Amino acid sequence: MAGPGGDMQWCFSQVKGAIDDDVAEADIISTVEFNHTGELLATGDKGGRVVIFQQEIENKNLPQFRSEYNVYSTFQSHEPEFDYLKSLEIEEKINKIRWLPQKNAAQFLLSTNDKTIKLWKISERDKRPDGYNLKEEDGRYKDPNTITSLRVPVLIPMDLMVEASPRRVFANAHTYHINSISVNSDEETYLSADDLRINLWNLEITDRSFNIVDIKPANMEELTEVITAAEFHPHQCNTFVYSSSKGTIRLCDMRASALCDKQSKLFEEPEDPSNRSFFSEIISSISDVKFSHNGRYMMTRDYLSVKIWDLNMENRPVETYQVHEYLRSKLCSLYENDCIFDKFECCWNGNDSVVMTGSYNNFFRMFDRGQRRDVTLEASRENSKPMQVLKPRKVCAGGKRKKDEISVDSLDFNKKILHTAWHPQDNIIAVATTNNLYIFQDKVN
Amino acid sequence: MNATTAMEVNAEARRILAVSISKLYASRTQRGGLRLHRSLLLSMVMRSARDIYHSSREIEGQSDAQPTSEPMETSSDQTVPEPQPELQPAVNAAEPPSEESDSEDEGCDSDIAEDKENMSPTKQSRKRRGKAAAAPDFLPSKRARLEPGEERYAAQLGSCRAGAAESLTALSLNLNRVIPAF
Repeated sequence: MAGPGGDMQWCFSQVKGAIDDDVAEADIISTVEFNHTGELLATGDKGGRVVIFQQEIENKNLPQFRSEYNVYSTFQSHEPEFDYLKSLEIEEKINKIRWLPQKNAAQFLLSTNDKTIKLWKISERDKRPDGYNLKEEDGRYKDPNTITSLRVPVLIPMDLMVEASPRRVFANAHTYHINSISVNSDEETYLSADDLRINLWNLEITDRSFNIVDIKPANMEELTEVITAAEFHPHQCNTFVYSSSKGTIRLCDMRASALCDKQSKLFEEPEDPSNRSFFSEIISSISDVKFSHNGRYMMTRDYLSVKIWDLNMENRPVETYQVHEYLRSKLCSLYENDCIFDKFECCWNGNDSVVMTGSYNNFFRMFDRGQRRDVTLEASRENSKPMQVLKPRKVCAGGKRKKDEISVDSLDFNKKILHTAWHPQDNIIAVATTNNLYIFQDKVN
Repeated sequence: MNATTAMEVNAEARRILAVSISKLYASRTQRGGLRLHRSLLLSMVMRSARDIYHSSREIEGQSDAQPTSEPMETSSDQTVPEPQPELQPAVNAAEPPSEESDSEDEGCDSDIAEDKENMSPTKQSRKRRGKAAAAPDFLPSKRARLEPGEERYAAQLGSCRAGAAESLTALSLNLNRVIPAF
């Protein structure tokens, strides 16, 4: 695959969601995830709904191949709940969706809100049985005495129906707010992480989970850090990592002990003392951690940068990419308007050569690791003509603003891209603005 | 750091404290309950701002050639005898945390106000009389109570430029209560 700035040309493909500027809070997209083949794309929103799009593959081998994602299934995953004991409302917002690898005709995914994880089965039905002779036409059962022959119903084709049904509900295991779920490579277990604890579940068992990490101090006043994200290693079923609000990542091996409070590796970069400010702690908090597909690296996202870590080197990342360094001098304003608390996610492309993350003003950034190139692109309705090539954007940090550049002060901080996803094999990306989902693809694709 | 810079830093620290306090109160009414991560970050910023405020006041005090009768400690590990105990870091709460303290929530403001009334008599005995004049003007006086109306006032502050001094006088902040409430 080619680099993002030169050989790759990103084109608009589709946009999903309402056009009007008045955004309904329930429509705010809160998670985006491709399945393992990339054929399905799931989004979760603040209203607790999951929408799954399916790729219609038209002539995939032709050079002008265009992949279209159309709605496949929509269902209400979580409802708002009320915890009467604590007088707390539990939001229905979907925090994360993770697909299970496909084993049979049906698709399975895990979706979670702050407190409860659910396993959903999405299955297709395109035939229905016909020919029962046990019921009248209006549905009432016939008197059995009137039935004199045995008639076996036959399956006849019908319009495709996609059904989503909850198969498991994993509840009551988290005191704090769930921030991550991750399916193990063993395809039997998964982990769920909240601010202070990580639990290990078996996909079949809902009334029990094992606590594998617990960083709650005996005295809550001594609390200095919380867990912000966790993920299983893509191949080693015994290994997982979790990131903290202090900017550290701990790699744990479940073979070492039942409770993995003592990490096997601690990844931490010493802070640059010249960058110290009131907000140093906030901006060093890691908002997302993702293993590379090959399992040799992991990527972390903090407020201003993306870091790539080699799992064999704990004392510093091997690569650091500045996402929007021009915001460093604006941290006080970003604190006032709450933007400094935004949790950006990041993702790898299929062969781990490019990483992507979001920013403000509906900008998103791609960093080509091999070619040492980066590009800033924008997801907007203005650039949404079919196959329109996206023009690289540039932010002017200070001084004289060149033509086509945007100055930092004109950035719209209400337009943020927190969630992005990259197709596991092809150069197709899904980028979520507040309530719209943009799909872009590489022209050469 | 000279006195002028110290004054600027002081003003900045006060501003940040005001903003942080209003955020803390606003987060109580948030849907989904108090977020531990956010509260932790807020309390860290408040602690930094408080430390910087005190150290810049110390420098101001020194350059004004007004001897402070006692050094102002800024280390967060020590239980510092401050004029206003309410700003002690969350780490040094005098009260024991409630067991499995996630059942307790700061959502009830009247509880906080009541607790303040219960707490202050014991804390008052540690207050040094001579310090009354040197008490920072933005910190609440002993008599300040958290009226429901005043809390609203503070929360409505959009910009921290709007009179940090007035806003903080109206509020009683108890950093001790931020984290143990979880």
